[in-house]
Amino acid sequence: MAFTTKMKIKQVDGGHDVLCLVNHPMETGLRKDSKTGELIPQHFIEIMTFQLNGTTVAEAILGQGVSKNPLIGVRFTNAKSGDTVSVSWSDNQGNTGSAEATVQ
Amino acid sequence: MQRRLFLRKTLSASALLLAGGAGALKSLVAHALEWPAALFDLENEPDVVKGLFGDTEITESSDVVIKAPLQAENGAVVPIKVSTSLPGTTMIAIVVEKNPVPYISSINLGESAGGFYSARIKMGETSNVTAFVSAGDKVYKASQEIKVTVGGCGG
Repeated sequence: MAFTTKMKIKQVDGGHDVLCLVNHPMETGLRKDSKTGELIPQHFIEIMTFQLNGTTVAEAILGQGVSKNPLIGVRFTNAKSGDTVSVSWSDNQGNTGSAEATVQ
Repeated sequence: MQRRLFLRKTLSASALLLAGGAGALKSLVAHALEWPAALFDLENEPDVVKGLFGDTEITESSDVVIKAPLQAENGAVVPIKVSTSLPGTTMIAIVVEKNPVPYISSINLGESAGGFYSARIKMGETSNVTAFVSAGDKVYKASQEIKVTVGGCGG
């Protein structure tokens, strides 16, 4: 299964908003497969880390209560033009993903 | 990787032990870089709050602002934005009272992060959504009721 990770940086009042979108099922473990009637195992992103030039700025803890294809947003207060913003995540089944972008 | 798994397992086991003894709940998140499995096993909001913040007093504050729809047609995707102007904000957490797992998500914020967190969350039914903000040694909160027409938890 491919998990696409996308990131967008938007200049706002007071800094930059960093938005991360991951293609991920975020299964709760409560849903049943409509064909087999069996429960679909839990599968969700657990931790997502946002970095500025390699230093952690924010670290989010996610769980089954976050929607499918999560869109997570944080605000960076002192990112400058040319800085590198990166995001990385890991889920409960050992998958990981990341994305990187440069501040315009 | 194996070490990581081992750490996670031992951590969650000890956290479960903590959760087992009522009143013995300590703040599980503060120093944990590992995913706090025990918090996601809790089924009601007061336990989650205790697990997150221990016995710290929590104050309602107008400096914590939730931006969310009053009514959500689809409980599977409810956009929530939490912002705060409180100085020294280190953590923002989102809790949905009536979800099977009330603890939704939280974010630890470093010095270069502003008091802002947005996520799209699932809601099983109409419920209060509470945002908690940890700033300095204190915890502040704000709540909003979101009406849900079609639930988004499970089948």
